[in-house]
Amino acid sequence: MTRRARYEAQQRKRSLMIAATSTLAVVACIVIFVPMTPGWEKVQRSFFNGAVLADTFPKLLDAFKINLMIFSWSAPAIAILGLLIALARDAKSPALFPLRIFGATFTDVFRGVPVILTVYLIGFGIPGLGLPRPWNSPYIWGSLALILTYSAYVAEIFRSGIDSVHQSQRSAALSLGLSERQVMRDVVLPQAIRNVVPSQMNMLIALQKDVSLLSFIGPVEIFRQAGVFKSLTANFTPYVGAAIIFLIVTIPATRYADYLMAKQMRDRS
Amino acid sequence: MAKLSLRGVVKQFGANTVCDGIDLDVDEGEMVCLIGASGAGKSTLLRCINLLEAVEDGEIFLDGEDIAEPGLNPQAVRARIGMVFQSFNLFPHMTALENAMLAPRRVHGRSKADLVDEVEDLFKRFGLADRMQNYPDQLSGGQQQRVAIIRALAMRPEVMLFDEITSALDPQLVGEVLDVLLMLKQQGMTMVLATHEMGFARHAADKVCFLKDGKIIEEGPPEALFDAPEREETKAFLARALK
Ligand SMILES: Nc1ncnc2c1ncn2[C@@H]1O[C@H](COP(=O)(O)OP(=O)(O)O)[C@@H](O)[C@H]1O
Ligand SMILES: [Mg+2]
Repeated sequence: MTRRARYEAQQRKRSLMIAATSTLAVVACIVIFVPMTPGWEKVQRSFFNGAVLADTFPKLLDAFKINLMIFSWSAPAIAILGLLIALARDAKSPALFPLRIFGATFTDVFRGVPVILTVYLIGFGIPGLGLPRPWNSPYIWGSLALILTYSAYVAEIFRSGIDSVHQSQRSAALSLGLSERQVMRDVVLPQAIRNVVPSQMNMLIALQKDVSLLSFIGPVEIFRQAGVFKSLTANFTPYVGAAIIFLIVTIPATRYADYLMAKQMRDRS
Repeated sequence: MAKLSLRGVVKQFGANTVCDGIDLDVDEGEMVCLIGASGAGKSTLLRCINLLEAVEDGEIFLDGEDIAEPGLNPQAVRARIGMVFQSFNLFPHMTALENAMLAPRRVHGRSKADLVDEVEDLFKRFGLADRMQNYPDQLSGGQQQRVAIIRALAMRPEVMLFDEITSALDPQLVGEVLDVLLMLKQQGMTMVLATHEMGFARHAADKVCFLKDGKIIEEGPPEALFDAPEREETKAFLARALK
């Protein structure tokens, strides 16, 4: 072992000791002091009730399948619509000017309104037209609300990806005789999409959580199901169960997105 | 008739006149080198010839046809003129072979099967037969620049423009790229180069043009321009460049 390696090993050991000690101290404080608070017993009974959790958890998982289902058809629709909006906003030909205006208005409106409000307006408003079954289903219109809102954000991310492709790539492609459209499709978009994968991952994670907003217009997905159990058991633990299920999905997904982001930073430098 | 003729070409960026009335004739099979300090307007002039920049005024004749005509569709012209850039600009998401096949497929509508022999032949000729399936980031700078040349050649251009294509390379890789230019000259390619490689310009060029502030202020065969420059500005530039 070299002198330097010895020194660094010693330093590492020291940092590890300090980290472990301080973590232990914080955990000990929580374990000792939180149960000493006057309301702890009550909170424990109504939020962290083991029996209720064991009872309701499998059914919450069942309800979570509805979230996954809504997510699974919304996400591809968002990707496609988002890309189309991004392209519409960057359209250069004067004949497509109306598309640019439409794209700009679309992103302004759907980014400017809270998701829950869009879900309410579309989810209650459109079935209110008296459409026949199955066209009055809240699944359809609720999903549409999510699709419209998320497409607006996703479109902006695609646009930033398009901007991130260096001008010299366009010059090179044009110099070969490719048309603007071919340059976009064959050269710019493939690179742009690759550049924004990590950011779009974060949008997917946000969407996964926002699917729960549809509970307000009908579908009994996990959040709504937890609410039903809360009423039945007079206990808040089902909400904690729902939160646990979300975390099981979102923590690995978030970690993965962070990993992709860090990898991209490394590759660029 | 010259293959390529420029008459009074003017290019402005806002109030900045970058090409200020350029006249230039390039004959079929000729190699013309543009030299001059950084900022003289060499890159801009090449980009104007390829219609990557729209000129303000003047004419550019390719086989006698004015390609600087405002409103003319530039794609057909660019398909006839190849360009290679200082920074290679290969498409990073495609292999070397895909880079070279993209434009002939899209612009000439040719199939992969129809193209592949011809393009592979180019790779072989320029010593890159074993690199066709590599992505750009797996290639050295010299190899990338040779792939960029192959990519332009795959379009079977009539004229090739080279913008300081060795300036971004490590010194030991410059030679392999300059050798490619000599091969092209032997095959009779018409070429316009912006270059800082004075030694190369001197022994390979048919004509050398010295640019300053957007004007060609002196031109002639390399021996005359390098050994007996007439203008003071040319002398001063060469004294600095050859030091
Ligand atoms: N796209 C552009 N917009 C504005 N100015 C430009 C642009 N491209 C080049 N210029 C200006 O034109 C001048 C000539 O540049 P350039 O043609 O790159 O010279 P060279 O290749 O001889 O170094 C410089 O002053 C540069 O700042
Ligand atoms: Mg330049």
